Amino acid sequence: MMGYEQGLEEAHLYASKEQMASLVLSDHHPSPPSNGSKSLEDPLYSSPPFAEIHANDNHPLHSPPPKQTVDPTHTSLNSFLEPPSYAEAVFQSFDLDSGNVRSLDHSPSASQSFSSDYLRISVSDPRKEQDVAGSLVPGGGYYFSYLITTFTNFPEFSGTEFNVRRRFKDVVALSERLAESYRGFFIPMRPDKSVVESQVMQQIEFVEQRRSALEKYLRRLAAHPVIRRSSELRVFLEDSGTTDVAPRMVDQQVGSSPSLGSVDGGAAAAGMSDGTQAAKTGRDFFRIFRELKQSVTNDWGGTKPPLVEEDREFVARKEKLQEFEQQLSNVSQQAELLVKSQQDIGETMGQLGLAFVKLTKFETEVAIYDSQRARAADMKNVATAAVKASRLFRELNAQTVKHLDKLHEYLGVMLAANNAFSERSSALLTVQTLLSDLASLNSRIEKLEAASSKIFGGDGWRIKKIEELQESVRATEDAKNSALREYERIKDNNRKELERIDKEKHDDFVSMLKGFVVNQAGYAEKMASVWKAVVEETSEWICE
Amino acid sequence: MITTEQEKSGSGTMGQSPRSPSSLPSFLKVSVTDPAKLGSGVQSYVSYKVITKTNLPEYDGNEKIVIRRYSDFVWLRDRLYEKYMGIFIPPLPEKSTVEKFRLSAEFIETRRQALDVFINRIAAHPELRQSEDLRIFLQASEQTMESARAVDTNIFTKSSDLMQIFKDVQSKVSHVLGKEKPVEESTAEYQNLKNYIFQLEDRLAEAQKHAYNLVKRHRELGQSLSDFGKAVKVLGNCEGDALGKAFSELGETAEIISSRLEKEAHSLLMDFEEPLKDYVRAIQSVKDTITERANAFRRQCELEEAIKFKEIDLQKLRLTRPDKVAEAEREFDELKADAAEATKRFETIVSRINDEMVRFQEQKTADIGLAFHEFAKGQARLANDVARAWSSLLPRVEACSA
Repeated sequence: MMGYEQGLEEAHLYASKEQMASLVLSDHHPSPPSNGSKSLEDPLYSSPPFAEIHANDNHPLHSPPPKQTVDPTHTSLNSFLEPPSYAEAVFQSFDLDSGNVRSLDHSPSASQSFSSDYLRISVSDPRKEQDVAGSLVPGGGYYFSYLITTFTNFPEFSGTEFNVRRRFKDVVALSERLAESYRGFFIPMRPDKSVVESQVMQQIEFVEQRRSALEKYLRRLAAHPVIRRSSELRVFLEDSGTTDVAPRMVDQQVGSSPSLGSVDGGAAAAGMSDGTQAAKTGRDFFRIFRELKQSVTNDWGGTKPPLVEEDREFVARKEKLQEFEQQLSNVSQQAELLVKSQQDIGETMGQLGLAFVKLTKFETEVAIYDSQRARAADMKNVATAAVKASRLFRELNAQTVKHLDKLHEYLGVMLAANNAFSERSSALLTVQTLLSDLASLNSRIEKLEAASSKIFGGDGWRIKKIEELQESVRATEDAKNSALREYERIKDNNRKELERIDKEKHDDFVSMLKGFVVNQAGYAEKMASVWKAVVEETSEWICE
Repeated sequence: MITTEQEKSGSGTMGQSPRSPSSLPSFLKVSVTDPAKLGSGVQSYVSYKVITKTNLPEYDGNEKIVIRRYSDFVWLRDRLYEKYMGIFIPPLPEKSTVEKFRLSAEFIETRRQALDVFINRIAAHPELRQSEDLRIFLQASEQTMESARAVDTNIFTKSSDLMQIFKDVQSKVSHVLGKEKPVEESTAEYQNLKNYIFQLEDRLAEAQKHAYNLVKRHRELGQSLSDFGKAVKVLGNCEGDALGKAFSELGETAEIISSRLEKEAHSLLMDFEEPLKDYVRAIQSVKDTITERANAFRRQCELEEAIKFKEIDLQKLRLTRPDKVAEAEREFDELKADAAEATKRFETIVSRINDEMVRFQEQKTADIGLAFHEFAKGQARLANDVARAWSSLLPRVEACSA
């Protein structure tokens, strides 16, 4: 039990709101020795396996678990202390207004635009599977698969409810496909591949972290107005025909596997045709190499300086966004420290309360004098209040994490934006490379024509060469036009996304602020009333 | 001269901690005020003004002001401990071991408060207030005080040292009696008392530790809120428009609450943690007294055993060496006198302890009750202030969602 808790508490504070919420469940600690009995009666308190605790959270139709009304802290102490009697319901209404409706889809502005359409995804039930195909050691390799459950009413889906098993590799493949198809969009960042050292983290914690990260990722995809309707995502969610959706190594160079390409409706939205294959430089290693050389070379005979973004407005917005990102990162760090402090004070308050509980029991048991009994009674009141205050701090913190998590989300959005901007840069680089190719091809043709015209009757070899070059020019011209279209498309995507982000950012941060402030105020009020009771109960000791 | 807010008026009840008990009809009230740093470097120390107001005839005049330092208080405590066996001598604040902390404003203030409580408890105690040493402490000139301190060769030992004596006596007794078992009172009353005090100390110390941590946590929370507020303000500046303004105001509010938390941390320290610490010290003082009782008991037993042996010796001598009998009889009488004295001493201690326990429990209930009251009051006020500050921000945040 202890390890589970420590893992939760030491894991990244923002890792999952469910984790923070479950800190409310699994309290710090087992009854003091003087009480004798352990709090085994409470089923919530006996160590549940990871999957169970989150079972409720995973069901997409459930809002995040309501705050516990019965604290399973110390059931043997519960008879000693009063259970929390104040109406938690008042509090939840704050949350329902601002938080819960949104968190259903995990999407920020979902309530506004998508009230009738829904795409709800959850990730659960990690299962160890034998890795028959890919293992180097026969019969020794294994991986984890996750159950992806989807509820939707999107017409393009072949039903309303789906369950598929996917592994992390499949998710990586999905993210790569989306990156190709949706260049210029702020595509949500996929979870890290890196595996944390097993000495630091136990497997069960790692799997849980991964499950949670996958869920967040898929939900973010489902929240993106354009990507949520992509065929790549749909296939990932509904296609249970094959369990291994990851492309083979061979495919990775080309990009999307042929089967997907032909079914593709999403690609059509991206406006691609076969001719753009050559322009999809992401996978063309030769071109990448040349472009690298290009961007490094100073003189390639072109009239334009390399990679200047003419769109002043775009440059301005990008810079503004970068500054925002920096400040956001700062705030996010301080927010983490704030959460830690809130957690600490709650814990200490709780420890103080428990210490007084022990004292009270002790004095009550051995009391000889009335003054001892009086003191024990006072102490009990303070102990009760301290424990209540401690619970309140913990709940406040859980809520604070939920709200301030928005900061973290937006850091992810910033990363996605940076990716989108570099797609734009690389598309521009492609265009400029092709332009330079064209220029050099044309100049070669000129030279050949000039040389050839001096020879009467034409130069067979040179004429043939010129024809070849002109062929190249035509192909390159086509490629350049595609590349230009691609570049314009990406520019357009950038612009649309920037506008979307501006609007959503405003709304999201306002609601974050509101939620944060409402919580702080609300919990402070509750604490005030807890202590007020003790003030009255101990007022007899005021001296003149 | 260091002055705190409380000490501005110098004398009178302003500097009094609420735990300093008001004295009996014959009036003796003391205040410890105006801490001042004297000396320099390693030799620097803090002096306090001790102001005595009284109508007792043994004192010269109605009001007297003297300058005392911490070691003078220690001298007084040691002398009282020696002379008033069985009485729970009020505890003193600890010596500070950490150099840089020693002269910090907060440390000086908590020490001053504790010294004030100490001296007034003595002044309120029916027996202790009559002590000659108290009179010297409250009235003598600084030079007299200094020489008195020098003379005192520190016969007094703390309970840890007493434990050592205890062990020595124990081994002696074992040697004399040829037994392994330590000699101790076996009555339920004594055992219960001993267990009670020891266990109470443990539990209290734990509570006090958490109280101290709570003070720290308030400060830490204040700090993080302040840092958070600053970062949010910068974010607000780079955002601009209504949202930016809302961020800035959030930052402002966070900073306001941060300084409120810092204030509360100080109050918590003075009005809650210190009284708890004082309680722990008081228990330790009780422990010292119990140790004295144990020693007195042992001495008594030791002497009783010695008497028995002496009696046997005497009888032997009467038969074998009549010339030695007279001397032996003298020794025997001396032993009996010693034994009688030891018994009387032990009984005095026991009876005093019984009376003291009743007083002690009542006193502690009142002290701690007040500390709880202050604690709850502080937390309630803090929570209310925090709620108000955040609530006032809400309408301005609402305005942004337009």
